[in-house]
Amino acid sequence: MAFTLEMALLALEKFNAAVEEKKDYLTDLDSAIGDADHGINMNRGMKKVMEKTSGKEYGDFGGLFKDVAMTLMSAVGGSAGPLYGTFFMKLGHKLTGHAEASTEDMADAMQEGLNGITSLGKSQTGDKTMVDALQPAIDALRAAAPEGEPVAWKAATDAAQKGMEDTIPMLAKRGRSSYLGERSIGHQDPGATSAFYLVSAFRDACTGQ
Amino acid sequence: MVGILIVSHSEDAARGIAQIARAMSVAGGDMQIVGVGGNDDGGLGVSVAKISEALTEMLPKCDGILILPDLGSSVLSSRSAVGMLPDEEATKIVMTDAPVLEGAMLASIEASTGADLPAVAKIAQEAKNLKKIDH
Repeated sequence: MAFTLEMALLALEKFNAAVEEKKDYLTDLDSAIGDADHGINMNRGMKKVMEKTSGKEYGDFGGLFKDVAMTLMSAVGGSAGPLYGTFFMKLGHKLTGHAEASTEDMADAMQEGLNGITSLGKSQTGDKTMVDALQPAIDALRAAAPEGEPVAWKAATDAAQKGMEDTIPMLAKRGRSSYLGERSIGHQDPGATSAFYLVSAFRDACTGQ
Repeated sequence: MVGILIVSHSEDAARGIAQIARAMSVAGGDMQIVGVGGNDDGGLGVSVAKISEALTEMLPKCDGILILPDLGSSVLSSRSAVGMLPDEEATKIVMTDAPVLEGAMLASIEASTGADLPAVAKIAQEAKNLKKIDH
């Protein structure tokens, strides 16, 4: 079994549905420490992604993820636009020419994507950002890859969730929340939360949930 | 001549600052001073596509471009837009950490004298030390 183009399209649908459903929750998290727009921005961006990709024929991951990237970069409006945009752009570069990918290939491609995020945002693990959900998820995905896709994606999602929750006691070092200094402690990072939804969407698409 | 691109979360702010900076330059209408901002729906935010379009339009008319972002996603979006350009074009663009209005004014005056990109960027950065009120 492998991760297919159909699964990628399904994952995008599920991610869109998650940010739609959790729009207010993401915005609430963001109003505590950010500028209260993460839910609205991600919702707007993913809606545009669905408009752009639905009904279009894709031959490989490269074409699909490039469309996702360019749309998010333009439509989101906040920092999540270039950050998620870069993630999907690098993911697409790594998987260009492929319509199927092994779990190890997905972990490698997602790591490229995450490297794009850290290079753009000058961020690292522990800064209270989406990186704190994505890095443990990718590590868990790679480690559990030999056990098959359902196990590996479940491990990745569990790790993303833990990473997201681990942002609560962290002091924000990046973005608007970093201007709050110590007052950012005690709040869950909205970017790490939407990143958890993204990993969950990949898992659900992969396991047919 | 070096061009200046102002990137703000507000299109009105970006254009207004560009207008003020243009008025300060001695070259007047010959200068490329452009302001972009707002999300694709016209609200507050930043769009990488708008920055890319502005850069693509300015590049053939400028010896170099100084980008002045307001903050946060303006910085990330500008960096993304520059990152998508071919290397030979990306090397003609510099983003500066400067107060956007004061930086744009000083950069505009410097650029209108024919100064090169490093000099214009340096002046913009020095706007951080500009004293507006003498106590």
